Amino acid sequence: MRSDVRARNHPAFWAFLAHRLSGIALALYLPAHFWVLGLALHDAARLDAFLRWTDQPLVKFGEWGLVLLLAAHLAGGLRLLALEFLPWRDWQKSLAAAAAGAALVVSLAFALAL
Amino acid sequence: MSVLTVRVWRGAEEGAYQSFEVPRRASQTVLDVVTHIQRALDPTLAYRFACRVGMCGSCAMTVNGVARWTCRTHVDSVAGDGRLEIAPLANLPVIRDLVTDMREFFDKWARAKGRFSGSRTRAQDVARVAPQSAARRDVDAAIECIGCGVCYSSCDVVAWNADYLGPAALNRAWTLLRDERDRARAERLRAVAGDAGCHACHTHMSCSERCPKRISPTAGIAGLKREAARAALRGEL
Amino acid sequence: MSLRGEALLWVAQRASAALLALCVAVHLATMIYAVHSGLGAAEILARTHGSVAWLLFYGVFLLAAVVHVPIGLRAVLSEWLGWRGGTRDAALGALALALAWLGLRAILGVFG
Repeated sequence: MRSDVRARNHPAFWAFLAHRLSGIALALYLPAHFWVLGLALHDAARLDAFLRWTDQPLVKFGEWGLVLLLAAHLAGGLRLLALEFLPWRDWQKSLAAAAAGAALVVSLAFALAL
Repeated sequence: MSVLTVRVWRGAEEGAYQSFEVPRRASQTVLDVVTHIQRALDPTLAYRFACRVGMCGSCAMTVNGVARWTCRTHVDSVAGDGRLEIAPLANLPVIRDLVTDMREFFDKWARAKGRFSGSRTRAQDVARVAPQSAARRDVDAAIECIGCGVCYSSCDVVAWNADYLGPAALNRAWTLLRDERDRARAERLRAVAGDAGCHACHTHMSCSERCPKRISPTAGIAGLKREAARAALRGEL
Repeated sequence: MSLRGEALLWVAQRASAALLALCVAVHLATMIYAVHSGLGAAEILARTHGSVAWLLFYGVFLLAAVVHVPIGLRAVLSEWLGWRGGTRDAALGALALALAWLGLRAILGVFG
């Protein structure tokens, strides 16, 4: 028989899911990001048009989302490095919360800077 | 007197939940509930138990979606609204009703080389192991496993990867790797490394969360990852 | 893949992760600073043009990402899509090359 969400409903599992989903999203975003920047080399006009497009509020919101994803993946990754390399201690269980908090703080900094 | 509404899995992989009404009593455990059903309501219900005092691990089942020892689960702590859902352990083939086939669990234990392999004979003196040494403390933190299957049943990677050895087998391998009397290090590392072994663990920590003995297989598996890395970088793997 | 290969992939993933942690921290700080200072993309690019320091930084950043992304996706593909074995690894290798190619174009665009 298979487990359902009741078996998974604890912080470390949500931390894993956030880490995996943000990683997938970033993996999909990265080629697009590189391609746009590559426009700067070969097609300045297209880059200008694209950059004007990024001034839209919806795109700004999307940028904030990306920063949140990046911060979340980074925080989750640091938590994993701590769990895999540091001596095992009880407080490591609350690393998930710390990582989530840190990610939110970073993305908030970005949002406030806008 | 109040009454519990208990849904119990009947059948094998294919089956359905059957509802029973069980009288609620003080200090009642989920095992008490299952036993009542089998003795008073439906003698055809199949389930496992042995010691009923939290020592053997035979009574492990899925209670309200979570793997637990039913003899050590008070109804009050899981059935606040008077409802219980009891199913067999997940990630294992179901023989009938609440009974699972544990062979694959123990086969993986053997595949992970979960067996001590020393070099002394009875003719020699007893090995001296300092209890406070770092290695022995690692072993002591993980040695109390009784093979109940709760961690294996709670692990999503076990569900996603049929070959994955699972937290119990890897935890046992860790205790043996850290045992200074052990002489099978290279063989053990080869048994636990790779896609079917420690490298498939993604630190969900459901095993550590659910283990009734409060063992943290995640800690041991992290240790196996470090040992495997060390061996690989030295060309020993 | 051999056991040694799997173990080395794990090492590469953690090593690239540690490197990316530093690079991403710098990258995020830079972006937050730039946005806060009201710098538009044109102004940012004007500052990176001809800068060897930024070229090297983004070169290292790219290398770490090219290692980290495919290894990260490897587990997702096998566990959630059931895609295992040689074809999966070959596809990920191709992804790595594609990322490296696009990334180099981007870096050269930023470096000018």
